[in-house]
Amino acid sequence: MTAGLDTVALVLLTIISAATPLLFAAVGELVVEKSGVLNLGLEGMMLMGAVCGFIAAVVTGSAALGVMAAAAAGMAMALVFAFLTLTLLANQVATGLALTLFGVGLSSLLGLDYVGFPVEALPKVAVPLLSQVPFFGPLLFNHDALVYLSVAMVVAVGWFLGRTRPGMVLRAVGESHHAAHAIGHNVVLVRYLAVLFGGAMAGIGGAFLSLSYTPMWAENMTAGRGWIALALVVFASWRPGRALAGAYMFGGITILQLHAQGLGADIASQYMSMLPYLVTVLVLVLISRDTYRAKLKAPACLGRIFHPAA
Amino acid sequence: MKTTLKILTAALSALLAFTLTLTPAAAQDLKIGFVYVGPIGDHGWTYRHNEGRRAIEQALGGRVETTFVESVSEGQDAERVIRKLATEGNGLIFTTSFGYMNSTIKVARQFPEIKFEHATGYKRAANVSTYIGRFYEGRYVCGRIAGRMSKSGVVGYVASFPIPEVVRGINAFMLGMQSVRPDARIKVVWVNSWYDPGKESDAAKALIDQGADIIAQHTDSPAPLQVAESRGVFAFGQASDNRAFAPKAHLTAIINDWAPYYIDRARAVLDGTWEKSDVWGGLATGMVAMAPYNNDLMPRDVINDARNIEEAIKHRRLHPFAGPITRQDGTLAAAKGETLDDKTLLSMNWYVRGVEGKLPN
Repeated sequence: MTAGLDTVALVLLTIISAATPLLFAAVGELVVEKSGVLNLGLEGMMLMGAVCGFIAAVVTGSAALGVMAAAAAGMAMALVFAFLTLTLLANQVATGLALTLFGVGLSSLLGLDYVGFPVEALPKVAVPLLSQVPFFGPLLFNHDALVYLSVAMVVAVGWFLGRTRPGMVLRAVGESHHAAHAIGHNVVLVRYLAVLFGGAMAGIGGAFLSLSYTPMWAENMTAGRGWIALALVVFASWRPGRALAGAYMFGGITILQLHAQGLGADIASQYMSMLPYLVTVLVLVLISRDTYRAKLKAPACLGRIFHPAA
Repeated sequence: MKTTLKILTAALSALLAFTLTLTPAAAQDLKIGFVYVGPIGDHGWTYRHNEGRRAIEQALGGRVETTFVESVSEGQDAERVIRKLATEGNGLIFTTSFGYMNSTIKVARQFPEIKFEHATGYKRAANVSTYIGRFYEGRYVCGRIAGRMSKSGVVGYVASFPIPEVVRGINAFMLGMQSVRPDARIKVVWVNSWYDPGKESDAAKALIDQGADIIAQHTDSPAPLQVAESRGVFAFGQASDNRAFAPKAHLTAIINDWAPYYIDRARAVLDGTWEKSDVWGGLATGMVAMAPYNNDLMPRDVINDARNIEEAIKHRRLHPFAGPITRQDGTLAAAKGETLDDKTLLSMNWYVRGVEGKLPN
């Protein structure tokens, strides 16, 4: 019986770690989109976070510095995006795609000397007492710091957007940038900050991959997770709580399909592998249809360029 | 306007002169070009090909000069790169991925005096040879070791794509394991990718959760090894010696060693004895080798047994696919005394008995 429980706990643990990088990137992008900016460069920012976090952790020997470097790398990428789209008013979709391609290339270049370099995984932080509780203890209270942080960020972002004044300003900017501008809010500054926050979160999500999930650097190691995170935001209809649920569901599908194969389920593995991406495509199709936007509660100014009225 | 043009021409010619000085004078007897599908730092497939290239430089020193182009995608890009290498005066060109097959043949037709070597393909021409390793021999040795080292008798196999090369590896592993442990079972998870560290590690975790106490892989990242290390089970490395990633899990690895073949072929071109060929080299020719056995983890008798099996395969006293072999569906693939021929091996699309699950087709 305990053995069975242990297995269930192990599977759930795997799902949690599969969901964590998605959750970081999705929560960051959620804030960005709430401010009315669509940044498709998640994959590129995650990769830069993964490689810079890894290099910093190897060079300094400190995982904490690694995570900080990852956040900084993500922010640096986001800053490029913000400058191009918010200051120079470039097209957000094209710039975001370029950011992804740029991130893939640049991260490969930076990581050239670090491929195949082993590093210590992030240490687990057991919550005293609680981690001793059978089943739930190891499941919920014995993770590395980033897992706790990802959940804390969901709560924090939910509180920020729903309960604080700056959060409401951010939403106002996303819903109607002209109105927000008219009553004296600095639209461009708010969006800059939101985009930078999104970059930091994507960077940390990448660092979770290279420092905890599979502690190593490998070219293109995010393998499409940035795109899934992007879909998750829409899937969650821009609500942090739903993003959490969505990330764990996506993680769950990925892991359970592997288990189904191991148990000899008679479903072609190709279909199972497709599943998370299929949902992603569907959701991305929905996001691009105007009529669905209102129903999905998309920020009204999402992806629109803001010209301050002359 | 005129001055701009003048400056532009001047700049261009300066640039041209600069690039010309960068190209070294052709003092060598032979220039050799390589086309790689991945980065040379992938610690797997491409890394090993690049080691082969370096071995040529070491062995033939001043007589040859080598260049390579890495991360060349399969398709139009490949043709362009191969043609460029051909026009740059390379006398021998290695194209090291299956997907370069048609491009190699096409360019080879236009440059009949240049020799081409294409890895893992099946199309040949007067100036195009093919070569591939009998990696299944190494997998048989791994299976044999797994049979001696496993407590549960269940192996978890992280697989890439259901192509004959991979299926052959799974079957060879199983036959090796069954030779010492008839009740052996293999659980296979297909990740449908050659390289996705996250997914490979998830697959390894799922397999361990389902009772596997040995992990084998036919994907290119060391992620499954890391999972084995952290969960305290044993594992085998892929393509390179990856012991650094998992010192307490890595038993051995199958190493692709192209060096002897590459040196041979380069020498043949220098001597003017190069001829079109189709080489499928194994442990005997050194194209496939076993990484040092981990003697911190493996008892002496297991290591000795593995070495004996290696020798037996090398000297053709043992063939991994010698009968009797029963398919998963119970039919006989080879009777006692029979051995599967290369043609059957190259198109293998069925599991042997003991492998669980259905082969996706």
